[in-house]
Amino acid sequence: MSAVPALAVEDLSVEFRTRSGVVKVLEHVGFSVDKGETVALVGESGSGKSVTAFAVMGILDAAGKVTSGRAMFGGADLLALNEHDLAEQRGRELSMIFQNPRTALNPIRRVGRQIADVLVRHGGATRNDAPRAAIEMLKKVRIPDPERRAEAYPFELSGGMCQRIMIAIALACRPALLIADEPTTGLDVTTQAVIMDLIGELAGEAGMATIFITHDLALAAEYCDRIVVMHAGHIVEAAPARELFAHPRHPYSAKLLAATPGETVSLADMASIPGGLPDLRRTDLPACRYSGRCERRLDECTQPLPQRTMGERHVVACWNPL
Amino acid sequence: MLPLLRHARYVLSENPVTGLAFGLFALFLIAALFGPVLAPYNPMQSNAAMALKPPSAAHWFGTDQLGRDIFSRVLVATRLDLTIAFASVILAFMLGALSGVAAGYFGGWTDRIVGRLADTIMAFPLFVLAMGIVAALGNEVINIVIATAIINFPLYARVARAEANVRRDAGFVEAARLSGNGEARVVLGHVLPNIMPIMMVQMSLTMGYAILNAAGLSFIGLGVRPPAAEWGIMVAEGANFIQSGEWWIALFPGATLMLAVFCFNLLGDGLRDIIDPRMRT
Amino acid sequence: MLNLLLSRLATAIPSILGVVIVTFMLTRLLPGDPAAYFAGLAASPQAIAEIRTKLGLDKSLPEQFVGYVGDLLHGNLGNSLSTGQPVVTEIATRLPASAELTLFALILAVAIAIPLGVLAAVKQGTWIDHTCRIVTTAGVSLPVFFTGLLFAYVFYYLLQWAPAPTGRLDVFLSPPTHITGFYLIDSALTGNLETFWGALRQLALPGISMAIFSLAPLARMTRGSMLAVLGSDFIRTARASGLSPRTVIFTYAFRNAVLPVITTLGMVFSFLLGANVLIETVFAWPGIGLYAVNALITSDYAPVQGFVLTMAVLYVALNLTIDFLYGLVDPRVRLDS
Repeated sequence: MSAVPALAVEDLSVEFRTRSGVVKVLEHVGFSVDKGETVALVGESGSGKSVTAFAVMGILDAAGKVTSGRAMFGGADLLALNEHDLAEQRGRELSMIFQNPRTALNPIRRVGRQIADVLVRHGGATRNDAPRAAIEMLKKVRIPDPERRAEAYPFELSGGMCQRIMIAIALACRPALLIADEPTTGLDVTTQAVIMDLIGELAGEAGMATIFITHDLALAAEYCDRIVVMHAGHIVEAAPARELFAHPRHPYSAKLLAATPGETVSLADMASIPGGLPDLRRTDLPACRYSGRCERRLDECTQPLPQRTMGERHVVACWNPL
Repeated sequence: MLPLLRHARYVLSENPVTGLAFGLFALFLIAALFGPVLAPYNPMQSNAAMALKPPSAAHWFGTDQLGRDIFSRVLVATRLDLTIAFASVILAFMLGALSGVAAGYFGGWTDRIVGRLADTIMAFPLFVLAMGIVAALGNEVINIVIATAIINFPLYARVARAEANVRRDAGFVEAARLSGNGEARVVLGHVLPNIMPIMMVQMSLTMGYAILNAAGLSFIGLGVRPPAAEWGIMVAEGANFIQSGEWWIALFPGATLMLAVFCFNLLGDGLRDIIDPRMRT
Repeated sequence: MLNLLLSRLATAIPSILGVVIVTFMLTRLLPGDPAAYFAGLAASPQAIAEIRTKLGLDKSLPEQFVGYVGDLLHGNLGNSLSTGQPVVTEIATRLPASAELTLFALILAVAIAIPLGVLAAVKQGTWIDHTCRIVTTAGVSLPVFFTGLLFAYVFYYLLQWAPAPTGRLDVFLSPPTHITGFYLIDSALTGNLETFWGALRQLALPGISMAIFSLAPLARMTRGSMLAVLGSDFIRTARASGLSPRTVIFTYAFRNAVLPVITTLGMVFSFLLGANVLIETVFAWPGIGLYAVNALITSDYAPVQGFVLTMAVLYVALNLTIDFLYGLVDPRVRLDS
């Protein structure tokens, strides 16, 4: 595997200002994605997966603020770009697919127009060619009868169809990096597989780097090269998918695996993870945010977290790994 | 009760304007209750020698074309204006809440009739309908109350209908029904009290509109008749003198009216935040 | 498109029916003898009896109702006592004055309220947002007749910027040739700049007073719905696609946010048509509101009834237009019908 990172996130920290205090949503998050590689960001809801993606894309809510870090992409730091330059990159070089495709599309604009808007904006087509190019994109995401569907509004299409439209919008300008944020949540199982295959295929064709955000480890294992496990705003473990499944080193990864139904695990073995995420508004958060739920905690766990290399591209942030 | 009070304190600290509104409300209440006692002059007493005098130390708000003290008249008028507004809001509440709850609880024909009635009233520009009603019923204060209540009726009926509809199958209603209560008792004794907080918010929100509406009607000569002291009619009397520069006759009653409506609107918003935070916009 | 129009028209029928029944009932609610009321205060018993037969008040209520509806269908709203003229013609000649004033106020209100609401939402928490909040809370609290008077005092009496607050046109100017009945439009069409300017000056104060009153609900709704839309998923998609801020705010957010604002227009019209009566009284504006108020003072009932009916029918028609407009903008409604 050629190790040319398409995106390298380093030391990313994000805070949210709320009525009840500052929430440290992300702390010192670092990971990279190579060209042509698919990396999964896995964790419970609230672990900071989506926020990481939003921060990289520069589409955090007004309340969110990046307090440190870099996101190197194509020789530039995305976090240091101004809004105008970043908007030039978004949709052209880096794209994103969201969950809930039905609400993620403009309800009163024809879907063909929505694809055309992106093409025109990034010079992918002229205003006159855009409708044709949009139909081409619809063909590419295998929407039957694309000429007619281009004239449809989102409410006239199924959830799966809408997600194909989202993919068409995201891939219209052949980006170098695609972030897919739980793209199959809310779709039925057969549609899920079709959408995942479609993303994988189109990304593979174009040699795109893909970040796949999910809480479903099984899905991540099936479609991704590497898995990055997040917990409460920290990255606790990053490893090649196979290795993580075979030898999870972080206690949290192990618990997460045990909670995932798979071929080798029967339902009886499924364990839910005790406790919840710590309150991130606390000012005295422990160095290891999992220590409150951890069965393997030691006295060292109050020390700043180590980054231990456990194998090729396998890093774990734990004082007492498995 | 205690959490509600704590929440009220939180809302007040978040929004000091609501506190100001409560203060103003207290002032208006005092004026309404003790106005005639507090007034420095007899509000009806004319005095030709003192006609059309601008504000002075003796007459804070000046005097009108008949030499009556405007401050006393504005003060005394508070009772009449607030009474009209209160009475019409209470009447609208009684009509709207009862029929709305019945419509929401029973559904079917009751619902259709109440809905059609509300729609018909809403098909009119409301102030124009109020004009028509007062003109038809006769030029009396009570008819302003009735007209204002009728044009506010659809709002109450709709809110009450929606809230009762949601609660129709709620556990506590089911329990009341199963313990042998008749339908009327369930509606009056259980559903209606349960939607009271929301209806209270509705009442405070429409209070300002009711004052405005009543004053508007008397401004065009409906309902309240001279020489009665009422804000709307006082503005109407002052209107004749604006073009000759005697501004104070219209200004003080008009400004007081404005302040009263402003106060009730703020109060309504504040009350809504305290009782029903989810309605907050 | 035709389906949409027809389905909207169908919803207006019960409203019109309700309006006719209510206006009919209003005449029958008159305390005492309606005939005596219609005949006026100084009428002899003989004249009253004559009126009773003429109005059909000696017949049964259903018969009277049929007669009333028949009259309406023939465009007969009765005669005014004080002028002796048919109410229909009097209202028709005065309607353009009211319509011009109301539409001028509406356009002004929309032109201020919508940009204000959009800006307040886009720049949430800034001074423009606070301005918007103050304007919306204060605006609904202003008694429109009082603001009108205040403006007349300040801009006519004190500053002398505005002409005397009486009527549509200065007495020294002659009204433009009648084309639409709207002085601004007619004078512009005939190229009569002096009259145009004069009419605009007369229109300014009453129009602004009404606009201030009605812009509050519009601005409030625009801000609220714009905020809701800006926080929605599809705006995030638009931003993630790199669309320019202008496209995101106007093409994507605003077009969606304007839908609830269109609905609010119904309420705004209810406000405006009511405020119209008060403002016409303050500025001696020769429209149907002033006509009705003058008729009220002289206990001339037919004009009042005609006025209430006209206003209600206009209002139903306006709501119909609003509904139709909404359907045009929102494909979900258009394609449903």
